[in-house]
Amino acid sequence: MAEICLALVVVGITAYAVLGGADFGGGFWDLTAGGAERGGRVRGMVQRSMSPVWEANHVWLIFVLVMVWTAFPVAFGSLFSTLAIPLFLAAVGIIFRGTAFALRGHAATIREARLLGATFALSSVLVPFCFGATIGGIASGRVPVGNQAGNTIASWLNGTSILIGVLAVLTGAYLAAVFLAGDSVRAGLPDLARAFRARALGTGVVTGAVALGGVFVLRSDARALFDGLTSGGGLAAVLVSGAAGTLTLALVATERYGVARWSAAAAVAAITVGWVLAQAPYVLPPRLTLDEAAASDATLTTLVVSMAIGALLLVPSLWYLYRLVLQGRLDQQFEPLDQRFRPLSAGDDAEPRP
Amino acid sequence: MPDAALLTLAAERVTGVLGGGGGPDVLLARRMQALSLAVHIPIVCFGIAFPAMILFVEGLYLRTGDVTYKALAKRWSKVALTLFAVGVVTGTILSFEFGLLWPDFMATFGEVFGVGFALEGVSFFIEAIFIAIYVYGWDRLGRRAHFLCGIPIVLTGFTGSFWVLGVNAWMNDPTGFGVVDGRVVDPKPWEALLPPNLGHELTHMYLAGYMVAGFVVAGVYATAWLRGRRDLHHRAGLVVALSFAAFAAGAQGLVGDWAGRRVAVSQPTKLAAFEGLQRTQNGAPFTIGGYYDADRGEVRYGIEIPKLLSLLADHDPNGRVVGLDSVPPADRPPVNVVRISFQTMVAIGSALGVLAFVFVATVVFRRRLPRTPWFYRAVIAAGPLSMIALIAGWVATEVGRQPWIVYGVMRTSEAVTRSDSLEIGFAFLIVVYVGLAVAVAWLLRRLARRPPETEISSDVREALA
Ligand code: HDD
Ligand code: HEM
Ligand code: HEM
Repeated sequence: MAEICLALVVVGITAYAVLGGADFGGGFWDLTAGGAERGGRVRGMVQRSMSPVWEANHVWLIFVLVMVWTAFPVAFGSLFSTLAIPLFLAAVGIIFRGTAFALRGHAATIREARLLGATFALSSVLVPFCFGATIGGIASGRVPVGNQAGNTIASWLNGTSILIGVLAVLTGAYLAAVFLAGDSVRAGLPDLARAFRARALGTGVVTGAVALGGVFVLRSDARALFDGLTSGGGLAAVLVSGAAGTLTLALVATERYGVARWSAAAAVAAITVGWVLAQAPYVLPPRLTLDEAAASDATLTTLVVSMAIGALLLVPSLWYLYRLVLQGRLDQQFEPLDQRFRPLSAGDDAEPRP
Repeated sequence: MPDAALLTLAAERVTGVLGGGGGPDVLLARRMQALSLAVHIPIVCFGIAFPAMILFVEGLYLRTGDVTYKALAKRWSKVALTLFAVGVVTGTILSFEFGLLWPDFMATFGEVFGVGFALEGVSFFIEAIFIAIYVYGWDRLGRRAHFLCGIPIVLTGFTGSFWVLGVNAWMNDPTGFGVVDGRVVDPKPWEALLPPNLGHELTHMYLAGYMVAGFVVAGVYATAWLRGRRDLHHRAGLVVALSFAAFAAGAQGLVGDWAGRRVAVSQPTKLAAFEGLQRTQNGAPFTIGGYYDADRGEVRYGIEIPKLLSLLADHDPNGRVVGLDSVPPADRPPVNVVRISFQTMVAIGSALGVLAFVFVATVVFRRRLPRTPWFYRAVIAAGPLSMIALIAGWVATEVGRQPWIVYGVMRTSEAVTRSDSLEIGFAFLIVVYVGLAVAVAWLLRRLARRPPETEISSDVREALA
């Protein structure tokens, strides 16, 4: 049962890293899009692609939280008290990001728009970094069991945490570029598709390079994690992830964005699994094992059963949403978010359904 | 629940599995939790009640074909989407705060009550999905399909609050686990999912959601009404919102009575704090106003109505009501905060009940809307007042549970984080919430200023073509 719950947590983290991560990556491209006029088209595309899905994507985070606090309560209490700072920053970042995103489509002047856009973009970088740093703190064995028993600073400001934080930001940017390139093709905007293709290729290469260089960081900073990732199941997962990442680059280079979506997701999934395998059997290395961390069997069974029932409702709903999105049925009219900042809100001036 | 009673009586206190106790900032942590809840709860009232109102108006559109209704439903759905987004981010903060502020509560009891939140997560997921489809699907889905996509939103607005209230009801009246040597053993999550207090908390909160959302929305249209804008758009907005709110306001007092009687049984010290009742006695009086003087152990300067409290709590004028002196002073909640909040809620609830009655009576017997501007001014005031009642009710419930985080089982001071720098986080959070409030107000004003016709420009174009 504990294994099933762990698997569900991994599914949740992966889904959040891919879907939520891509939303954060959208914010990254927003940040780097350049001046109001030059970046207007990129920003418009980010807005258009994210609007219908970001709330649903965000719920994966909630899912991970409730799974962890129900199935592994001791681990939850320990890591939230020790890693309070990055987690608090992430929570605040989420507020800023969600609100700024929801509002900026309604900005009427360039000043309002700049302010909201900057808030949105900066918090889009902050949040994945903080989550990455949190994972780094856990994986490098810096979270002992207890009510704030670990070091509240060094647990997340260390080589491993910074590495994983940076990788989280880059991965999000990479995923977002891949997804946005595909969306641009669908929207019939080849110039934007080219722009995102270039961004995808660029960040793909940079992400790969940082990941390779990171091996040395892990070797000196988190030896146990390094060993786990370079042997057995961990190594296999790393290799799969690398292969999927490379495949994605090739697919993007040849403009096959539909498949690239999936292979990019596979790369993220594989590395998440690799992390879990590398630190097995520990939930909080180097001491708290999965069996010690797990809640009682009655709880785990109840949790799994209720999630299974929930999935019966959830899967068809999600399928319906993504089908509508991928068919373009919920598409907003594309409008560059440039200096005019015409309100771009749901359904205004929609073309009647064909 | 036999084992709950046993737990409370046997004084089996739980210590946190992470080592418990010692956190220096209990009061600050409580304030932070309270602040975040006071932001989240009024917003989610719209998540609870607005979808049903929107769907009702869309139903009117489908039946009559009048695009005014469509414009109204569409406008409301955009507001609902915005408020939903704010509900999502503030709710996320709350989930984080559980771990950040109360790590030992989560570590100790997560396995008992956590499943409720997991189910809540499922329901939020479905809500997020369909609200996106609904709002972005105007004019893009078929009419029937669009209407049907609204139904899951109404249902999940209900189930989302259902599970979270289950957790709160469980904290107030814990069941579904045993205690051995200060450790929680043998959790029965199904039992903890449906604690006995859930019935009244859910019904009461659900009605409160309809009151808050209904009166606030009605207040917007009442303002327009007073300024002379009385076309169908404004009229429909006013009547629909007010009808929902009036229905809820009428029932709220009855449910409140039910809640009071449950509290008398399950949390006698809380009821004693509501009333400032010092001694356990038969035929207890009800005191209106005044303040509780802890040194004298009595309420001073209040108006006392003999036997009324026994009548309310027990439905018997000579019934026995437990007083504060039944527990040592260290186990009593801060009486004045609790009592004043409780009386505020009841006073507002009664006033809004009268307002609802006036509305319903005029519509039913005179077959028209009230004419006096005072009615519309009262409706404008009713929105903020119902929010005050809402927060006051929660303060009464939550502070009334103190010093326990899990009533009778775990002290709040056992659960709190060991961190000693909560001030920084607290100050930060206040700034964030103020910013959030400004931003949301700004957006809603902007939405409201746009003439309703912009919502249906495509229909107009279609008609012209
Ligand atoms: C619009 C809001 C509103 C209004 C008008 C009222 N209430 Fe209320 N009340 C709430 C909103 C609320 C609440 C915020 O929703 C609470 C907090 C916890 C809960 O379950 O509901 C609550 C709690 C609450 C409790 C404590 C329940 C518990 O601790 O389990 C009692 C006894 C009452 N109420 C009684 C009343 C009475 C007698 C009212 C008379 C008219 C009344 N309420 C009006
Ligand atoms: C559904 C769930 C809950 C609701 C609606 C709720 C509501 C509230 C409200 C409105 C307050 C404000 C009281 C004040 O102003 O002082 C409050 C305070 C508090 N809540 Fe809850 N709560 C819920 C669950 C929880 C949970 C799960 C915890 C613990 C982790 C918790 C712990 C507290 C504490 C310690 C306070 C501080 C009380 C005080 O200020 O004296 N609550 N809650
Ligand atoms: C005490 C603790 C609470 C926690 C931890 C909490 C947590 C959350 C979270 C995480 C969300 C966002 C869900 C998403 O991502 O879509 C949310 C939204 C929501 N919450 Fe809360 N919540 C609490 C209290 C309450 C209470 C007391 C109510 C109502 C009675 C409530 C009703 C809702 C509703 C209806 C939503 C849906 C969003 C909306 O309609 O705006 N929550 N909550």
